Amino acid sequence: MSTVVDARGLSCPQPVLMTLDEIKKVNKGEIEVLVDTDTSKENVTRAAESQGWQVKEIQGKGEGYRIIINKD
Amino acid sequence: MPALKNLFATRWGIISVGAFIGVFAPLLQKWGNPGNMGVCVACFERDIAGALGLHRAGVVQYLRPEIIGFVLGSLIAAYIFKEFRPRVGSAPIVRFVLGAFAMIGALVFLGCPWRALLRFSAGDGNAIFGLLGLIFGIWLGTLFLKGGYNLGRTEKTHTSVGWLLPLIMLGFLVLTIIFPQIKGETRSGVLFYSLKGPGAMHAPLIVSLLVGLAIGFLAQRSRFCTMGAFRDLILFRQTHLFLGICALVVVAFITNLIVGQFHPGFAHQPVAHTMSIWNFGGMVVAGLAFALAGGCPGRQLFLAGEGDGDAGIFVLGMIVGAAFSHNFGLASSPKGVGPHGIAAVIIGLLVCLFIGFTMRKKIA
Repeated sequence: MSTVVDARGLSCPQPVLMTLDEIKKVNKGEIEVLVDTDTSKENVTRAAESQGWQVKEIQGKGEGYRIIINKD
Repeated sequence: MPALKNLFATRWGIISVGAFIGVFAPLLQKWGNPGNMGVCVACFERDIAGALGLHRAGVVQYLRPEIIGFVLGSLIAAYIFKEFRPRVGSAPIVRFVLGAFAMIGALVFLGCPWRALLRFSAGDGNAIFGLLGLIFGIWLGTLFLKGGYNLGRTEKTHTSVGWLLPLIMLGFLVLTIIFPQIKGETRSGVLFYSLKGPGAMHAPLIVSLLVGLAIGFLAQRSRFCTMGAFRDLILFRQTHLFLGICALVVVAFITNLIVGQFHPGFAHQPVAHTMSIWNFGGMVVAGLAFALAGGCPGRQLFLAGEGDGDAGIFVLGMIVGAAFSHNFGLASSPKGVGPHGIAAVIIGLLVCLFIGFTMRKKIA
């Protein structure tokens, strides 16, 4: 069961701040991040990878993206 | 296309875009733009305000094609790569006010972050105080961001909403073509032109427009942002955008050396003054306003080009702020700060702090 960070409609750095907060909170496991711009998608994946998390999957979802990141 | 799409998001992508600007900004100066002002978003929007007669400072009136190019180049890139997303509604009036005070602060220093970097790369020591102010202002902004400051979500809107600012820019382009500069005249149809001063110095229209289009295209792809560069470094220890502005400074320095535009010193720098405290203070206000609005003035133009109506409002706020700056005597000149420049910096700082402290909206 992954937690969901809904950052749709928010511009940088908000999606990254929210993702990093969640990463700190859960420490490991799986997080699903929803964003609606390519910039946010790039920033979130870059930030997650810098924290040692892996980008498992990116799905184009309607007008945005669903990014699934995880850490074992 | 996906390979090309990702190319600019890489480290080398952002570095090459910074380098591109580092080559062409000093060259635009060589081709006619004012000193250390190959590209300055604040100065150029101020010149546009003058060309439209929103202020009547005779030395800064020219409808700068670079700005038009920035927006339209970004629009083209956004359409080619399917990234045009019309959106609006994240506290538009706040963005307008932030844009206005960002401009007022930048004109106390005499330049936006882009020009601060270009001035620095050409040896203008006063730019160091401006850059320090910029970094301090952005640092203040990151404190608010950490404390929960945000302006709320945007909403998807009609395509035509995203087109409005690009259409305004197209309208400006049409005006410059219908009413070209007439030698020795300050007016041509509805537009104002400068006979002397920085407003009278410009590269040929087509050159300015093409360089603007290219920068707009590349910056949309790479998300180049001079405020984000420092913000991400301070907030996340991320160097991605910072590498872009480093490339800009290094390459602009080399280009300036080659074309003979590197003149180290403090006194008698082009379109600059030596009042260090106010070079610093003006950019604190600008840096904080850019940080609270989520992008440097260039980035706001590129965002507006990809359909962000709130960024478009910020741009209009900057143009109106420029009009206030010159009408109220807030803008500096090479002699020093304007008669009410210091008051403007203090008020601008208070306004930004008010916005930062009070807008901690819970994200629903």
